[in-house]
Amino acid sequence: MIGNILTAFITAVFIDNVVLARFLGICPFLGVSQSTKTAASMGAAVVFVMTLASAATWGIQQILDAFGLGYLQTLAFILVIAALVQFVELFIRKASDALYRALGVYLPLITTNCAVLGICIVNIQAKLGFVDSILNGAFAGAGFAVAIVLFSGIQIRMQESDIPEALKGFPSALIAASLVSLAFFGFQGMKL
Amino acid sequence: MLPVCLTAFASPLLIMAGLGVASGVLLTVAAHIFHIDVDPKVTEVREALPGANCGVCGFAGCDAYAEAVAGGRADVDRCIPGGVGAANALAQIMGVDAGDAGPAMVARVRCQGDVGLAREKYIYTGIDDCFAAVQIFDGHKACAAGCLGHGTCVEACPFGAISIVNQIAVIDEEACKACGRCIKACPKQLIVMVERRQRVMVLCNSDDRGNVVRANCDTGCIGCTRCVRACEHGAISMQGALAVIDYDKCVNCKACVEVCPTHAIRDFDAPPVNREKAAAKAGAAKAKAGA
Repeated sequence: MIGNILTAFITAVFIDNVVLARFLGICPFLGVSQSTKTAASMGAAVVFVMTLASAATWGIQQILDAFGLGYLQTLAFILVIAALVQFVELFIRKASDALYRALGVYLPLITTNCAVLGICIVNIQAKLGFVDSILNGAFAGAGFAVAIVLFSGIQIRMQESDIPEALKGFPSALIAASLVSLAFFGFQGMKL
Repeated sequence: MLPVCLTAFASPLLIMAGLGVASGVLLTVAAHIFHIDVDPKVTEVREALPGANCGVCGFAGCDAYAEAVAGGRADVDRCIPGGVGAANALAQIMGVDAGDAGPAMVARVRCQGDVGLAREKYIYTGIDDCFAAVQIFDGHKACAAGCLGHGTCVEACPFGAISIVNQIAVIDEEACKACGRCIKACPKQLIVMVERRQRVMVLCNSDDRGNVVRANCDTGCIGCTRCVRACEHGAISMQGALAVIDYDKCVNCKACVEVCPTHAIRDFDAPPVNREKAAAKAGAAKAKAGA
């Protein structure tokens, strides 16, 4: 059991990393990685939202399947995830000001994030159970957090370096991101 | 056939509508249950801001700035994307005067020791960045306080107000929006924010003794105290060997500008200090010393 969870963790974080292998959630990955602190907060927010969204969408899928409406998956998931994130934001704001400042301000940014939706759909396609869905959501979020924190370190180094004018900013960030992605592809050969 | 069509249409419609209504009800109820009393002024101010979250105001985002304005902790004219419109709207909400269109403050570089006037300690060929240059023996300028002129502040300025002229940073008063980013970008802490209406300023930050300053730079403050004596309003005092103007007392009479032998005090209503004048004077003094 624990071995299975560990395998799922390593698979989600390294082998099938949501950003670097599945290429989902590139926008926040490039946008919110200018400093390690905000990148870590963003990562934490994604872990949180993916876990919740995985749980919620598993339930929604059961309802849709019962009516034979599997094709409404994408629409229904977007609606539910958006509502859920807004609800959680309201709740956190009431519950704890400190937590809201650390996590809450990033929540609206990932309301309709493709990585969150993507992982929920992957969960369904892989026919995961309820608990496995939640775990996979949390692990995929952790994969996003690892990727964005790693990348923020690279971004900071790049801000300090002498980059040709034409490649400054986004172009060099994309090149660096593809190199990190290439490095993560080394994990594809791992046998678990 | 008809009933089949109906169910085929009706059930997805009903499910999606149901989900939508359920989400709406959930959020409405949650908004009521988790309602927080926010200062209505904060909301008003926030709505008057453009919501770009650019951070030029110096706060984390529009929300943080709105909170600061409503709390009276920030001026109403800090939002650059919102421009005059936002400043006036905020001033109306807060019941204060928005003042002129431009910001009341301006950033100024406290160094005029450009390539012709200040001596170099060594030839620097490293990365073109002030923080990199300052790592090596405090920078290549002979004067420890001098502007290194690699333009780290130029890159920090979102408004293109700073340029490097004769290898030191020069700020365009018209373009400066007083966002304060250059202040953080200067490893020598040379850039300060002062009120725009203050027209004279000691543009030197070296508190070395006169002979040391003279050896390093032709336009540094040598601590001769002539300006202290020339000021009828008692606005200038010496901090060590550096003249400092107290802007609470200064009336912009510019008497100090006239008497400064090294042109370290600049009149911001006139063109920049006459470099040739300062250089010629230094040259003459050297010739005299030689003879």
